Amino acid sequence: MSLTREEVLRAARLARLELTEPEIARFIGELDRIVAYVGELAALDATSSALTARAAVDDAPLRDDAHRASLPHDAVLAAAPRAAGGAFAVPAFVEEP
Amino acid sequence: MTTSLLDLPIGELAEGVKGGRFGAEELVEESLRRIEAGRELGAFLHVSAEAARRAARELDARRARGEALGPLAGVPVAVKDSLCTLDAPTTCASRILERAPGDGWRSPYDATAVARLRAADAVIIGKTNLDEFAMGSSTTTGAFGPALSPWDRTRVAGGSSGGSAVSVAAGLTPGALGSDTGGSVRQPAALSGVLGVKPSAGRVSRYGLVAFASSLDQIGPLARDARSAALLLEVIAGADPSDSTSARRPVGRYQAACDAEARGLRVGVPAEYFAEGLDPLVRASVEAALKGLEAAGMTLEPVALPHTRYGVATYYVLATAEASSNLARFDGVRFGRRDERPGDELSALYGRTRAAGFGAEVKRRILLGTYVLSAGYYDAYYVKAERARALIQQDFDRAFARVDVIATPASPTPAWRLDEHPDDPLAAYLADAYTLPASLAGLAGLSVPCEPTPASATRPALPVGLQLLAPAFAEERLFTVAAAWERLSPAPRRRPPEAGG
Repeated sequence: MSLTREEVLRAARLARLELTEPEIARFIGELDRIVAYVGELAALDATSSALTARAAVDDAPLRDDAHRASLPHDAVLAAAPRAAGGAFAVPAFVEEP
Repeated sequence: MTTSLLDLPIGELAEGVKGGRFGAEELVEESLRRIEAGRELGAFLHVSAEAARRAARELDARRARGEALGPLAGVPVAVKDSLCTLDAPTTCASRILERAPGDGWRSPYDATAVARLRAADAVIIGKTNLDEFAMGSSTTTGAFGPALSPWDRTRVAGGSSGGSAVSVAAGLTPGALGSDTGGSVRQPAALSGVLGVKPSAGRVSRYGLVAFASSLDQIGPLARDARSAALLLEVIAGADPSDSTSARRPVGRYQAACDAEARGLRVGVPAEYFAEGLDPLVRASVEAALKGLEAAGMTLEPVALPHTRYGVATYYVLATAEASSNLARFDGVRFGRRDERPGDELSALYGRTRAAGFGAEVKRRILLGTYVLSAGYYDAYYVKAERARALIQQDFDRAFARVDVIATPASPTPAWRLDEHPDDPLAAYLADAYTLPASLAGLAGLSVPCEPTPASATRPALPVGLQLLAPAFAEERLFTVAAAWERLSPAPRRRPPEAGG
């Protein structure tokens, strides 16, 4: 199986990533080889057990549900590329159906 | 190489400042002087000269008033530029976190590890170079140029925490923080000839570490010797209410572990890590180190880690899947740059900003991660990789039932030339084969220098790292063995030709 142009474009669309034509050509080739390599996992017999990777941390109970100050509003907005009216500024948008 | 105060172990530096033998300001000035002299190495993306001087003067004034100072009093520490800092920009070596050239994102908070360094009276001297968003093994994928090996400037420093490794190797700072997702502390430490620690998953809070792959990311120290790294880890480790994945386990006494008896410890040697692809000179150096450990009273035992061969594929599925999700936050709205044209709707703003802001390696990994998570492929790749991860964990569980630590090479090769395999991402991924499995299993690991490869007509002497692995939360064993090795061998004290200055 080899990776198609449509599959790369679909991933780019899902990832909100605009690609140029040269990038598309490059990524089809590179990703095809990487996907073929990681495809060796398919040969793994992992069906015989109900093994799932354990959570990285099993000593981390939930913290107390206590109020804490959040970051200062102004400091957060100051780090944004654009803010307006005390909020992050975004262009107008209409959700596609 | 000139010798200076900064070449002392970190604990002695802090004691010297506390005892008034020298001032924090002296240490900071010396570090700034060395950073300036070593600027062409590309270790730093930002140097906080004024903030560091101010912090040092304040520390000296506090001492003069008779106040007790913390365990890192006056010690200049460099931190990887993927850790958030209040007094310096945070860029992750990416254009996407720059509003304009040179105007990096200013975090409204310090990462917990950074705040803990400051609370221990360390001085944060600057932010170190990395692969963009820590995605790489060479510190060449960043937007602001590569970090160069001080052993040979035509070679890579390793990565992704290459700037931190170079800072320590070249003596610009006595210690540094990096982050390790699949080897990004251990491998640059190995390639640059310093000691680097990947603590267990959950050992150090990741609050304020810009996330790459959350089930794998860990913050770890780099230093020139085990005791210095142990001190740094004691300061940064421990539970944090701001990171729900930080473990509520007591922090170990890692410095004390450096003095513990190593005789009698069982060292596992997995054949899978001494197989095809291992540079013969790296093999010779690591095998000589193993013989040294044996001569010092440790026992070597073969162990089997049969699922090692799935490590690279498993890692590159899981890490890219997590990265594709984590990096969705860089969208032109909340941080850094924004690329929009009049009339753009929100989706166009996202697509345009991300196209202009991310470099090729980050785009490649976001695409791969999105692909393996997408409908129709999730079961074939992501679910299989989760199973493979469990099998890799099980291999280690079985091995650690018989041995105390596992010893392997940290990297199959020494540092490669900057012009080698630049266009072959898969070859670069395969070079991570020895560090990825321990990350997938959440283990504790470190790399300590063993004897460099001998110089030849075509290659100068280059550092080699001995990787030591221990079960999660058994960091003490790593420090015990690494410190024993430092007493046995002069290799960890060898410095590159460009150190100091």
